[in-house]
Amino acid sequence: MSAVLFRFEPRGERSTLWVYGSPVLAILLTIVSTGIIFAAMGQPPARAVYTFLVEPLVGPSGISALLVKASPLIMMGAGLSVCYRANVWNIGCEGQFTLGAIFAGGLAIAMPDASFWFLFPAMILFGCLGGMFWAGIVAWLRTRFNANEILTSLMLTYVAQLLLIYLVTGPWRDPKGFGFPQTALFSDSATAPILFAHTNIHLGCLFAPLLAIAAWLVLSKSTLGFQLRVVGQAPRAARFGGFSEARLIWIALLISGGLAGLAGMFEVSGAIGQLTTTISPGYGFTAVIVAFLGRLHPVGAIFAGLLLALSYLGGNSAQIDLGMPNAVTGIFQGILLFYLLGCDILILYRLKRTGTQAQTAKLAEGAAE
Amino acid sequence: MSFFLQSFLVSVIAASTPLLLAATGELVAEKSGVLNLGVEGMMLVGAIAGFATAHSTGNPFLGVIAAIFAGGAMALIFGFLTLTMLANQIATGLALTIFGRGFSALMGAGFVGIAAPTLPKLKVPLLTELPFIGPVLFGHDILIYFSFVALAATGWFLYRTHAGLILRAVGDSHDAAHAIGYPVIRIRYAAAMFGGAMAGLAGAYMSLSYSPLWAEDMTAGRGWIALALVVFSAWRPAWLLGGAYLFGGIMYLSLYVQGLGVPIPSPFVSSLPYLGTVLVLVIISRDRRRIRLNQPASLGRPFHATA
Repeated sequence: MSAVLFRFEPRGERSTLWVYGSPVLAILLTIVSTGIIFAAMGQPPARAVYTFLVEPLVGPSGISALLVKASPLIMMGAGLSVCYRANVWNIGCEGQFTLGAIFAGGLAIAMPDASFWFLFPAMILFGCLGGMFWAGIVAWLRTRFNANEILTSLMLTYVAQLLLIYLVTGPWRDPKGFGFPQTALFSDSATAPILFAHTNIHLGCLFAPLLAIAAWLVLSKSTLGFQLRVVGQAPRAARFGGFSEARLIWIALLISGGLAGLAGMFEVSGAIGQLTTTISPGYGFTAVIVAFLGRLHPVGAIFAGLLLALSYLGGNSAQIDLGMPNAVTGIFQGILLFYLLGCDILILYRLKRTGTQAQTAKLAEGAAE
Repeated sequence: MSFFLQSFLVSVIAASTPLLLAATGELVAEKSGVLNLGVEGMMLVGAIAGFATAHSTGNPFLGVIAAIFAGGAMALIFGFLTLTMLANQIATGLALTIFGRGFSALMGAGFVGIAAPTLPKLKVPLLTELPFIGPVLFGHDILIYFSFVALAATGWFLYRTHAGLILRAVGDSHDAAHAIGYPVIRIRYAAAMFGGAMAGLAGAYMSLSYSPLWAEDMTAGRGWIALALVVFSAWRPAWLLGGAYLFGGIMYLSLYVQGLGVPIPSPFVSSLPYLGTVLVLVIISRDRRRIRLNQPASLGRPFHATA
């Protein structure tokens, strides 16, 4: 009756082919599905997919916009890769990003006349510390009180956003800003330097891949990285090995929080130039997808960050050219993660044809003869 | 004073109901070993499905039914990925929330700022007119009463029926349950979809009764608070009720204090429910033994039958 045609059979080992093949398959399936959704909304699918994924890159400012959007995603995705490898589920990057922006932005507002060589490095430090501070609370609650880091880091994200709203509508509001909820524009000393004239590519776009590579070196080449991976994969082995689990939780959260804080710092000092109530279109949540799409590998996060940055640009161009809501971005991102997680079964399992029951019965008959 | 108490109680009941509905569903899912972090996304999709259906048909009850199905469909996606495709439950739950936010925003783009028919308030002749007791006990819409019935039925099902015993066995040891011959995967599908349907219902309550409008991200973290409530309750239905009403109370107070014009900046007051959640998690989780004793032992772990 129930015609089971396929079933999953354990491979007994990890398939290297599918570790890299699964994201490619997931991306293809996502593009096809997005086309179907576009068609369902009354858009010609091929043209809509072109508008979403190719058009943003055409034209002189396309690459510049892509790199600017990708850099926070790469920084946070790399940090989360380290964190998730250690089986620590920080999903509050958005909040750590916000605190990094607040710490760095606060310094920029407090010292409008400081010189670049003093102020800008100090902002980098403060941004990093802001993210670490917010992630450190999560680490403290987890190690000291055993509180679930998924829920605490997420709750603190809401608190961080409310803190930002308080600051930019209250004490830090630009007195000359006509009452808009924003701070004064940062001084030139507090603005991330532009790397190439006539583009928006700022210093953060260079930092992002460098930090991702540094995170990869820590994770794969250092004793600390080894300990982080062991505590993630085999916590019992880590305990027998004498690694302090609490210490590793702290380190994982501080690394991902610090990188998220840096991302926030570069976003406000490079891409935005002031603090407003909307400094992030959900980068911190998208970074979770970046980490998974990049195979929890910090270098993989570079490629994944570029693709997901494209989905933001695509949402904008779908809004401008096709009159669609830019929520298409969120759908694309969600579907991509769905497919990715689904396709990952092929790493450990192979799809095996079992045939229908009738065929199986016939085979059994044949064997009996 | 009694008028103040009356409006306080009525408002707290309203604020607590979405938490209670969503947390009841998640409790059943978690009891079967399924950890679905997508409650927020399922609530949002339920909210827009309910609102859009109520708006286009003019019937809020059809909206409620649509929300139940929408939440269940979201949970079905979750179930397919985690139970059939053995994907990581934490990551899949997050994906469900990201997708649900985007999907509800896309579906709701045409519904911002318009009104839909709201759920009618129950009016019991005589009883509703009673002073104090009338408005507090007999003047609500049907979902509020349903939230109590659903919780009681859930408690009865989990602890007083054979099917509930099987569900808990699946959540505590899927290998043993499988060895006895129970269909682990099918039971988990059913539990996850009940969770989704309840989250969808919670969303419908938000958009058809609590603040009867559609706005992007209108659940504002309630799905996550519901998840925290399940931990807070130590997976016990009676405690879930207390937790939901505690947080409903905090949510209402944070609105109330803002209305009073107390010289505390409103963002600080708004952050109370989130800080309260952290505080409660800390207090509950400190006792590691208690968590370990009560948490379903197979929670979040994938199951693949080898034979």
